[in-house]
Amino acid sequence: MTADKVMNADDVAGELRSGMTIGIGGWGSRRKPMALVRAILRSALTDLTVVSYGGPDVGLLVAAGRVRRVVCGFVTLDSIPLEPHFRLARQSGAIELTELDEGMLHWGLLAAAHRLPFLPIRAGLGSDVPRVNPQLRTVRSPYEDGEELIAMPALRLDAALIHLNRADPAGNGQYLGPDPYFDDLFCQAAGRAFLSCEQVVDTAGLLAAGPPQSLLVNRAMVDGVVEAPGGAHFTSCVPDYGRDEAFQAEYAASAASPQAWQRFSSDYLAGGETGYQDAVRRLRDATKARP
Amino acid sequence: MGVIPALGARLARLTFAPDLLVSDGEAYLLAPDDGTVEGWLPFRSVFTVVAAGRRHVMMGAAQLDRYGNQNISCIGDWSRPRAQLLGVRGAPGNTINHPVSYWVPRHTPRVFVEAVDMVCGIGYDRAAAIGARFHELRVVVTNLAVLDFQTPGHAMRLRSVHPGVTVSDVLAATGFPLAVRDEVPVTRAPTPAELALIRDRLDPDGRREQELA
Repeated sequence: MTADKVMNADDVAGELRSGMTIGIGGWGSRRKPMALVRAILRSALTDLTVVSYGGPDVGLLVAAGRVRRVVCGFVTLDSIPLEPHFRLARQSGAIELTELDEGMLHWGLLAAAHRLPFLPIRAGLGSDVPRVNPQLRTVRSPYEDGEELIAMPALRLDAALIHLNRADPAGNGQYLGPDPYFDDLFCQAAGRAFLSCEQVVDTAGLLAAGPPQSLLVNRAMVDGVVEAPGGAHFTSCVPDYGRDEAFQAEYAASAASPQAWQRFSSDYLAGGETGYQDAVRRLRDATKARP
Repeated sequence: MGVIPALGARLARLTFAPDLLVSDGEAYLLAPDDGTVEGWLPFRSVFTVVAAGRRHVMMGAAQLDRYGNQNISCIGDWSRPRAQLLGVRGAPGNTINHPVSYWVPRHTPRVFVEAVDMVCGIGYDRAAAIGARFHELRVVVTNLAVLDFQTPGHAMRLRSVHPGVTVSDVLAATGFPLAVRDEVPVTRAPTPAELALIRDRLDPDGRREQELA
């Protein structure tokens, strides 16, 4: 009998500590573990370093003042190219930033997953990425080519948060959409990994839903499983649902003023995950009812 | 990628480059004729394509200087920018690994500047300084003109002006001196067959007009 790792989103937040480095899976506004992010917003966690192919996960945490440093190559809402809360935080100097090329971020996670101190990469050479990251070093190839490369340091994570379509209670997780993003790598680069999913199924139910290669993470990589239907909302979680563009637009508008953010917070973030999903449903019904 | 570069790639595939691979911006490669999924290219594989140099990308630019240094990260001092934009994204890796061109829908002195605030995509001066052997900037296409770097020092040059645009229009819209030949040709207009493909098949809703609005 394998260990049952099912917990709830607030349990996951309870496993984290202020000051930790947290990796968040997904990409932009796609398959983000938003229910877990919302649980962090309900907790007292603060001073976090967030490593992410950034989307509204970063925006929400930054807007709520939980983040000391963001490590990323971009933060975007995809259909809305610039993440408004991230912009505000950068322009007001509220957060520190480690700005990396997207490929460097990948390489840093891969180095951490392989327990290597660094991996060499060309990306970043000649650009201002080394200027704004004075801790970056280069390394010279010991072979006859002698090429100088960036030594991308391992991006070790204290914890990883990801959202998948399905998982079993033991932590075997499955993606059913078009792209795995880097969710497996985030788990492998992390001391502990927590997976939320649309639906927890029994182990046999996984292969009933998709081929073996859709089993992106296995239970050796996962410490906790949360069943969170709608847990990626308002980001996309194909094929279960696409991005909620109307809601995303409302979220983006919440950066317009402190009052707008207060209103968004009290409308959607004050009532727990059930309250959130109820408020989303009410908004959707109201939009539909409009002539 | 912008609407117009995507249209350009699809037009190329329907005319002179039938074997071009085109992605859907997510994880699929789409076949030319009917958009059938013909391949899978998740982001993790895209990074390998980038590092292997097996693509030519057309990126946007918030700022570009005369050597093609590009900025999409932020405007102002990086440590506390006046305007935070996208971040460097893949621009450093793209420009050091494979051919890159730029698409600028509004050619103004705010885009074409003496010095960019944050070098994301690297230009010819920086590439030369580090001996970047895979670096190649091909063209910069704007709403006014086509520019390239085919000068002895790889400074930006006016390659052609679009119909109805004068050389002085382009110089006035550029915040640094451009290399200009004695005779600047007019950019080739699309043929009737190409226009028909654009209007009837590739962009019947006129999305290209919005990008230039």
